[in-house]
Amino acid sequence: MSHDEELHGKAYDHRLMQRLLGYLRPYRGEVIAAIVIVIVDALVGLAGPYLTKQAIDHGIRNRNLPFLNQMAMVYVSVLLVGFGLGYLQYQIMQRVGQRIMLDLRLQLFTHLQRLPLAWFDRNPVGRVMTRVTNDVDVLNELFASGVVGVFGDVFALVGVIVAMAKLNFELLAVAFSVLPLIVIVTLVFRVKMRRSFRDIRTRLARLNSFLNENLGGMSTVQLLNRERRNHEEFRGINAGHRDANLDTVFYNAVFFPVMELIGAVALSLIVWYGGRQVMWEGITLGILVAFIQYTQRFFRPISDLSEKYGILQQAMASAERIFALLDTPADTALGGSREAESAFEGRVEFDHVWFAYEGEHWVLEDVSFSVAPGEKVAIVGATGSGKTTLISLLLRFYAPQRGEIRVDGRPLADWDVHELRNHIGVALQDVFLFSGTITSNLSLGDPSLTDEVLETAAREVHAHEFIAELPEGSRTVVLERGATLSAGQRQLLAFARALARNPGLLILDEATSSVDTHTELLIQDALRRLMEGRTSIVIAHRLSTIQHVDRIVVLHHGRVRETGTHGELLRLGGIYSRLYELQYLGQAGDSGSGRDSVGQNATINASS
Amino acid sequence: MPGLFRTRLFPYLARHRRRLAWGLAAIVVTNIVALSQPQVLRVAVDDLYHGVTAAKLGRSALLLFGIALVSGLFKFLMRREVVGVSRHIEYDLRNDLFGHLQKLPLEHFQHARTGEIMSRATNDLSAVRMMVGPGLMYLVNTVVVAVISLGFMIAISPRLTALSLLPLPLVTLTVWYFGDTIHRRFEDIQARFAGISARVQENLAGIRVVRAFAREDHEIDQFRVLNEDYARRNLDLIRVSGAFYPALAFLSGVAALLALYLGGREVMAGHITLGAFVAFTVYLGMLNWPVVALGWVVNLFQRGAASFARLVELLDEAPRIVSEPGSVSPARCAGALEFRRLTFRYPGADRDVLRDVSFEVPAGTTVAIVGGTGAGKSTVLALVPRLFDPPPGTVFLDGRDVRTLDLQWLRGHIGYVPQDAFLFSATVGENIGYGVEHAPADAILGAARIAHFEGDARTLPAGFDTLVGERGITLSGGQKQRVTIARAVLRDAPVLLLDDCLSSVDTQTEDAILHGLRGVMRERTTLIVSHRVSAVRDADQILVLDGGRIVERGTHDALVAARGRYARLAREQQLEQELEVP
Repeated sequence: MSHDEELHGKAYDHRLMQRLLGYLRPYRGEVIAAIVIVIVDALVGLAGPYLTKQAIDHGIRNRNLPFLNQMAMVYVSVLLVGFGLGYLQYQIMQRVGQRIMLDLRLQLFTHLQRLPLAWFDRNPVGRVMTRVTNDVDVLNELFASGVVGVFGDVFALVGVIVAMAKLNFELLAVAFSVLPLIVIVTLVFRVKMRRSFRDIRTRLARLNSFLNENLGGMSTVQLLNRERRNHEEFRGINAGHRDANLDTVFYNAVFFPVMELIGAVALSLIVWYGGRQVMWEGITLGILVAFIQYTQRFFRPISDLSEKYGILQQAMASAERIFALLDTPADTALGGSREAESAFEGRVEFDHVWFAYEGEHWVLEDVSFSVAPGEKVAIVGATGSGKTTLISLLLRFYAPQRGEIRVDGRPLADWDVHELRNHIGVALQDVFLFSGTITSNLSLGDPSLTDEVLETAAREVHAHEFIAELPEGSRTVVLERGATLSAGQRQLLAFARALARNPGLLILDEATSSVDTHTELLIQDALRRLMEGRTSIVIAHRLSTIQHVDRIVVLHHGRVRETGTHGELLRLGGIYSRLYELQYLGQAGDSGSGRDSVGQNATINASS
Repeated sequence: MPGLFRTRLFPYLARHRRRLAWGLAAIVVTNIVALSQPQVLRVAVDDLYHGVTAAKLGRSALLLFGIALVSGLFKFLMRREVVGVSRHIEYDLRNDLFGHLQKLPLEHFQHARTGEIMSRATNDLSAVRMMVGPGLMYLVNTVVVAVISLGFMIAISPRLTALSLLPLPLVTLTVWYFGDTIHRRFEDIQARFAGISARVQENLAGIRVVRAFAREDHEIDQFRVLNEDYARRNLDLIRVSGAFYPALAFLSGVAALLALYLGGREVMAGHITLGAFVAFTVYLGMLNWPVVALGWVVNLFQRGAASFARLVELLDEAPRIVSEPGSVSPARCAGALEFRRLTFRYPGADRDVLRDVSFEVPAGTTVAIVGGTGAGKSTVLALVPRLFDPPPGTVFLDGRDVRTLDLQWLRGHIGYVPQDAFLFSATVGENIGYGVEHAPADAILGAARIAHFEGDARTLPAGFDTLVGERGITLSGGQKQRVTIARAVLRDAPVLLLDDCLSSVDTQTEDAILHGLRGVMRERTTLIVSHRVSAVRDADQILVLDGGRIVERGTHDALVAARGRYARLAREQQLEQELEVP
């Protein structure tokens, strides 16, 4: 279990509690009503034993049937009122709990949409999900039953004590004598159970992840004849889980009988002591019976309160984690001023840009280049040369440490980041598809993109052909991450997605994954159409893409080393041509036709 | 369903029959002892009424305490034994389930979703446990309490018993009805909660796309819709569940009131003594909880039975691919493969993926298969270790039909590198040594070197001891592939099957790996699938598959010279590679 799953030291933190209670503020009317109801309910609950006493002492012993009838009627009314109040209180507080959960989840989710991407690099998805789901649920319990319930328990407890004291003070003292025992047993039990539950959680998680992994890799297990060994391992994990559970079975088996035994001690004491009083000091049998009933009611609020203490502890830990997330500063890029609209041209300038994800590990060093409106520029370089980072910076996913990036002459920091991104069409290397239809993946929920617009875009990039062949066309549901589509198809969808927005600036990160030759041709043609007449920056892996661009920027170890057309760069005899030669020589042999076509392309580019 | 219990569940119960018998006996004892308590009260009250000595009163008090002590002791035994047994049964069932899952063919895992199987192994299993543990315990408990206390109550006053028991069936019914409704709504809510989780997960995974397309507000809107729906369903549930406990309190209050009222009248009429009346109300109070529990128990049994049926369904899934009766484990394996007029269709599919495929791979040689997506290349490989079963008499190892070979033996002599590299959350070293028992460190190092992974391993935080997977680091696709290659190399099997296992590495690394593997492949029979010509050009024989048929076969040079499909593929790829900029 990771450390953040464990409860933090303090069970109660005033500052945290203040902030938590702040969420109740919009619903304070409901909360106050619920508190009043719960108090009244607790007090009404006290009437039962008293009515029993009255019925025994005045009704039954005096053979007074009308009085007994009367008491029965009152008793029924008390029960009905208790039922009504209990229901009402529960409804109100559960409603409030649900509303607060909704408020909190939306607040968290909205905040997540505003956090800088760098934050997501550091925080694994699983942990963030726990914040939004489980931690919020824990708080719900605090709001729905904890806050108001405490009042009910306290009043029930006080009420029982007062009622007992009024009946007979000495008997109260006798009943009270077992209280320390109850407290001690309950506390010991809680501590043991908490430790044991934590143990169970860890073991269950291990069990489930082992099972999950083995289901996922079953064919590997089978092929490697690992069945027996894995079964042994599973048996061990399973036994650990069982034994941890047997611990709690044992604690439960001890706790409940012990609590009953303490109750019996109290009862014995009351019978013994109270009986003597009945004989010699004239308390009535009714009082004794009522007292026994009160004693039984005395234990419930105590165990409820100790349970609520547990809820509070967990809620504090969850609140701490939730607030830590909410207190993470939002992306500064979201500020930006919104200037009067002028036509977007798509001029991009990188001006001595330095960037590192961490400390001084520069990924980009002093990068400068510009892209004029309507120009098509390819960025090439080996893996790890910083190409993708360049795009992340331009999209303002990260901000450079030094230097400036300008779009249309305006520094990125001055742009409203949404406006900027609305002008840019992006197809990222790793195409991400959401579960939903093809259409919803193309529109991403933008209502201004009609079906016609989407279809035109899909046609333009050759995505329409395969979409039309899907069982339900563009209404076909894409499964998790587009698992049902091929890499090539996903790439085409990404193109259509970018094109549908008719962006003023196009950014493409070409996928490296190999696709079959037919799809490859489609992709190449789609790329050409996409870039036509549009300011484009493309991270290119294929020469066929490079053929279509006006200029090539060669990135090497985070620096711009060469700029020019394919032909110019080859003549330059620098990195580009060396990389190229290497490839070429490696394939020297029977590749006559290939050489020709490359030569041709080079000339075309050089002359353009 | 009772039949299913008898044939399938009882064997599990029988395994723990001694403890179970102890536990059930404890239930009877604890209740007999506990139910004598009102009798003591009765005597005490009647004594009080007629005058009593302090010593007699003290004896009553001591007796009450003694009863509580003994019944508590047996209650402890009851919980520990019966609930404990349910944990043991859960353990047994889970082990059997896991063992069974390991025997199921790949086909099963392709059709059933992992989440679905997981849910059976967790939720359904725990429903069954609740049934054989607390369910069984409270069922027996209720019956024992009911029989004994009813006996005592009838002895006190049959009329009173009949009248005061009127609302009790109502209690059971209420619990049963509410329990069922609540459960169904709750399951619906759980499903929606899963939807919310999935949404968050997807949003986080696709955060770059969301940002790049400025779709944050749309995402928030969608999230709000899901959450509002979730809250609404919860409130629906609350409307029902909110009435549950107050209703129970009300009904048990009514029962107490009836006893008080009717019993009071009986006392007044002189039919029963005051002591008998007090004892009666206490009995009624004692019946209260078991009757409530009964409704709950009915739910437990309903859910448990449904869940058990689902488990049995999974356990009955036939492990279709097993060692056939009379299968053999030859003393040695040369590794010669032969495919004889192999036509294959996936179970449930409507067309053949392989048609009339025949070829031989003499021991120690390499055959490569190329072809487009869906040509059936991977299927050929999958049939050798019987991931899917080939028709009888079509696939042979050393001249024997693979189906007549012992499955363990067969797979033990094959090193298979699948298309999708699968790593377990263990260290890199353990992953490489996954297919052999106790691989020495230098053997792991050697295999890593051949797979060209040694250099990568050195850059990892803890070298070969670095954890990968869920709780460790994530390796790149190419690194994963090389780990699985090393895994297969380490197995030192005479047959090596490489299923397009170099797709995620660049050409230079591919060259390096192939170079490293060359030595290994020389001593082994190798069947390699690739769609890169560079990976297959040195094979002794190259097969071109198209639409499930072999359309060309020969060496690289012969096929290039033949100017057919393969030659075209080779030309295309050469062109492509020259154009490729690293």
